Amino acid sequence: MSDFNQQLMAWQAKVDKLVAKRPERKDQFTTISGLPVERLYLPQEPGEAYADKLGLPGEYPYTRGVQPNMYRGRLWTMRQYAGFATAAESNQRYRYLLDQGTTGLSVAFDLPTQIGYDADHKLAQGEVGKVGVSISSLKDMELLFDQIPLDKVSTSMTINAPAGILLAMYIAVGAKQGVGPDQLRGTIQNDILKEYSSRGTYIFPPKPSMRIITNIFAYCAEEVPSWNTISISGYHIREAGSTAVQEVAFTLANGMAYVKAAMEAGLDVDQFAPRLSFFFNAHSEFLEEVAKYRAARRLWARIMKERFGATNPKSLMVRFHTQTAGCSLTAQQPKNNIVRVAFQAMSAVLGGTQSLHTNSMDEALALPTQEAVTIALRTQQIIGYESGVTSTVDPLAGSYYIEELTDEIEKGAEAYIAKIDEMGGAVEAVEQGYVQREIQEAAYEYQKAIESGDRVVVGVNKFATAKESPGDILRVDPKVRLEQMEALAKLKAERDNAAVEQKLAALKAAAQGEDNLMPHFLSCVQSYATLGEICDTLRGVFGEYQAPTTI
Amino acid sequence: MRKIRVLAAKPGLDGHDRGVKVIAAALRDAGMEVIYTGLRQTPEQIVATAIQEDVDVIALSILSGAHDYLFPEVMKLVKEKGLDDEVLVLGGGVIPESDVAAMKEAGVADIFGPGTSTHQIVEYIQQNVKQRA
Repeated sequence: MSDFNQQLMAWQAKVDKLVAKRPERKDQFTTISGLPVERLYLPQEPGEAYADKLGLPGEYPYTRGVQPNMYRGRLWTMRQYAGFATAAESNQRYRYLLDQGTTGLSVAFDLPTQIGYDADHKLAQGEVGKVGVSISSLKDMELLFDQIPLDKVSTSMTINAPAGILLAMYIAVGAKQGVGPDQLRGTIQNDILKEYSSRGTYIFPPKPSMRIITNIFAYCAEEVPSWNTISISGYHIREAGSTAVQEVAFTLANGMAYVKAAMEAGLDVDQFAPRLSFFFNAHSEFLEEVAKYRAARRLWARIMKERFGATNPKSLMVRFHTQTAGCSLTAQQPKNNIVRVAFQAMSAVLGGTQSLHTNSMDEALALPTQEAVTIALRTQQIIGYESGVTSTVDPLAGSYYIEELTDEIEKGAEAYIAKIDEMGGAVEAVEQGYVQREIQEAAYEYQKAIESGDRVVVGVNKFATAKESPGDILRVDPKVRLEQMEALAKLKAERDNAAVEQKLAALKAAAQGEDNLMPHFLSCVQSYATLGEICDTLRGVFGEYQAPTTI
Repeated sequence: MRKIRVLAAKPGLDGHDRGVKVIAAALRDAGMEVIYTGLRQTPEQIVATAIQEDVDVIALSILSGAHDYLFPEVMKLVKEKGLDDEVLVLGGGVIPESDVAAMKEAGVADIFGPGTSTHQIVEYIQQNVKQRA
């Protein structure tokens, strides 16, 4: 008891200092009735056991959050994942969202870009500009961020296999704006392991992919210190059908594989680990989701400390972005999705997220329209500014049910991690198809539960009505591909092709050797070598991944 | 009578294969033989596999919006190879209602959108699979 009191006093002193330096959103927080809201609520007699298991917010093991005052200080970053058609059109949407109060950009790339094909590649037919923006060269990237000052926004880019190349383009755009790499803030997803198990936009086999990732860690630690170099993603694992426990387990197991690879490459854990970030899904089982984030934080903190010997507090923290579950949205009665998203977003906030993307109601049908994306953003603003749940830290802590669920999810995830350890780690578990099979089975079980009526999906297997018209949906004009092809032809006619060839040759030599690839990506993109040319060079050295059959 | 043979296929670059894998499992549970192509198949590869595996059904799945290009491409090849009398082609995924007519016109027998139960698809195949000579 006295020990905890000392901890509490030390924590209070830390908070006082923090608040003196950076005041909270309000001087006093009160309910609508005028009742005071404290920063932190604790059990009546918190002892050592409480401190070990939950701890204070902003302190190991971070069960109650990574900041001592959480959203009283600052709300989470409100992002809307956006991007479609051409860079110029996406640029319009970003500038609209920034005007509407969004605080961070989140770039969606089309599939050819994600898999390293230029818009004029044969396999890109039918796909250009469809699920995101088409980026084939630095020219497109310059248009994408036109009139958006890169020192003022934080940008998250959902890109994996070619993440280093897109980051190099972002750095190059910054340089053109006079913004140095040390001023750039944002995240690249850069999480290849979940691509093999869940999302499918891989290019290279695991080993060279892991090398590119550790090259990015090393480069950014020196050159782009405020950049989150990876977003270790459970989101897609969940979308592929996993349970909440599997989402935590497979995500953290992937995270451990990255940490191990980076340490084996000679990096100091406390140098790169503070820039690791996470990405989780907010599904519909409200309280289980809240518990999931708390369990993930506690488990990761322990793993980093005990297994990898990290000592920097920032190396131990799970800082995470959340997206509401796309797979939970229904094409039937699409307006119900607004309500689903609101509850899911609330669970992420009660679980302590640092960044949030709310899905738009029409996403089970097509890319979001402007109206739908605005409602999704307003949903976050209503939670942040109206609901009052942001006035105190970790408000559901101490609920018997939440604490029990947190413990259970942690235990379940630990059991999976032990199994993956036995297999030799996440890379091996994916190569053997283990993770894929576990996810597939969970997905099939879930579908069977819906079809038997055991699990209700409103508007689908219960309370179904005659089809509602979805109203306007967004369409991408197929001519976008032709425009992009023309732009590429023009670029190739105008650039210094000898310089491009020389840079690509240097990249090839680096890929065959052991040099860090990031400086080569940068010089290639600055010479206007295209994404496809750079990836083809790497394909020539590394080969392409062939997935194991799991069904 | 031989079992109904189904090719479950992912044309294009879309990597979301939860749906196609769930359907593959359900068709198997219903007593069909299912061959899965894996990701990133071109229309040429899909039709070649369909011929090689002598399937009765091709079930295409796309969530990326590229169905408007890829489904008609597959159908063009199905017709060129003279498979249209023997093979039933189905589509699934995120396909706007307003595109369904065009897909059917191209020769896709039916489109199954989000929220479809696997039973519906099993029944549809059982009732519509083309009789072999």
